[in-house]
Amino acid sequence: MDINDARGIATVCSLIAFIGIIWWAFGSGRKARFEEDGNLPFADENHDAQPNKIGEERK
Amino acid sequence: MSTAFEHPVYNYKVVRQFAIMTVVWGVVGMLVGVIIAAQLAWPALNLDLPYTHFGRLRPLHTNAVIFAFGGSALFAASFYVVQRTCQARLFSDGLAAFCFWGWQLIIVLAAVTLPLGFTSAKEYAELEWPIDILIAVVWVAYAVVFFGTIMQRKVNHIYVANWFFGAMIITIAILHIFNNLEIPVTLTKSYSIYSGTIDAMMQWWYGHNAVGFFLTAGFLGIMYYFVPKQAGRPVYSYRLSIVHFWALISIYIWAGGHHLHYSALPDWAQSAAMVMSLILLAPSWGGMINGVMTLSGAWYKLRTDPILRFLVVSLSFYGMSTFEGPMMSIKTVNALSHNTDWTIGHVHSGALGWVAMVTFGALYNLLPILYGREQGKMYSIKLINTHFWLATIGTVLYIVSMWVNGIMQGLMWRAVNDDGTLTYSFIESLEHSYPGYIVRVVGGALFFAGMLVMAYNTWMTAKGKQLNDEIAQA
Repeated sequence: MDINDARGIATVCSLIAFIGIIWWAFGSGRKARFEEDGNLPFADENHDAQPNKIGEERK
Repeated sequence: MSTAFEHPVYNYKVVRQFAIMTVVWGVVGMLVGVIIAAQLAWPALNLDLPYTHFGRLRPLHTNAVIFAFGGSALFAASFYVVQRTCQARLFSDGLAAFCFWGWQLIIVLAAVTLPLGFTSAKEYAELEWPIDILIAVVWVAYAVVFFGTIMQRKVNHIYVANWFFGAMIITIAILHIFNNLEIPVTLTKSYSIYSGTIDAMMQWWYGHNAVGFFLTAGFLGIMYYFVPKQAGRPVYSYRLSIVHFWALISIYIWAGGHHLHYSALPDWAQSAAMVMSLILLAPSWGGMINGVMTLSGAWYKLRTDPILRFLVVSLSFYGMSTFEGPMMSIKTVNALSHNTDWTIGHVHSGALGWVAMVTFGALYNLLPILYGREQGKMYSIKLINTHFWLATIGTVLYIVSMWVNGIMQGLMWRAVNDDGTLTYSFIESLEHSYPGYIVRVVGGALFFAGMLVMAYNTWMTAKGKQLNDEIAQA
């Protein structure tokens, strides 16, 4: 086995990994979970409402 | 910096410091850019001094806009986003402060050493070895703060923006350290440990991934948080963002060889870089579409919200320059474009159109929050709109003038007479480039004027002033 066989195997492994990522990301079992994860930027908005004296005065 | 705006949970102080310095370094770096653009149009502006010569001011400009302006923006955004999406305070306030003061010291050292002529002569890595070591130390502290915060997260999932920031931090550490392996001769002079073609390959492996990870992955992290925040809706497809991330980071790292087409680099390495660059179009556009489609069903917001307009137009320029880049990496196209102004235009379509504009959008969302207000409530909304148009028109003038110059130069340089002699001398192509250089100065000056408008708006916001000048629905 020469170096080119190793290169070929590495390429095939990369392709399998990529297909695996697509399968994992788009699998129907994880749809709801990822929709929820996409809402993470809005999950801490209660922190925005923390009393902040200066901010309140200026409103 | 007042302590009156401290958040009960998060460390906003370091975010505010970096956000303000982003604006400051933006003004400085873009001013130097306008000066060197003017030097190319009117060479007498070199002033015949070594310190103000184009060759020394040009690396000052690139370092200032990439690492001072862009770097401060990345620190500000990543420290903010990682706290808010992990719902945890930064891992260490002390180390975060060290990152801020260390990074500012590096910038000041760059601003002193580059005009004095100290350089290791590697593009985007010109700084000499003592500063390189300081960068590595600050960057490791950055990694500890960032990943330490992720480890302390109160939520289960790590939001996609943090994946992009994390990839940026890890990859930049590796690139910076390996490209800057050098043997010091004196305190201010070193030589690369690599020689010849290997050195060139290392340099562009670094150089292209400075674009790919610093200016792309990092700013995509900004995009994945601030576009949904400003639009008030989650990203178009979170699942696409996962595929986007893995595809982008695994392909970008191979593309650097396209900077060395028709050089002493082996042909196969050039071709491999070209193919990888072409494949890169797919993840780039996947991410761009994911960002733009977040607005799907809320397009009307663009009419009244100049912040959202900045973010969406930045994605349009991102799409445009990530189409242009793969095209230019094709060897036959590169034979025309290489060493011409087209390359400079391409870089600025990414740098002004994408990196700077997404930064402006994110900062306009972020600055009011850091000063105790609601997101986007800057001193003046109309001034954001003014900034938007100055930036957009300036970018378009810049890009178009460089396209015209670049293609003209490429065609003139390759033109041959029937007897095989060159049709044009180099100086003839230069003479024909002057109109384009003047248009570029105008475009750059407009972009810089927009940056000044932003600085004024930021200053008034920090002082607690607010005009209620919302843009009416058309």
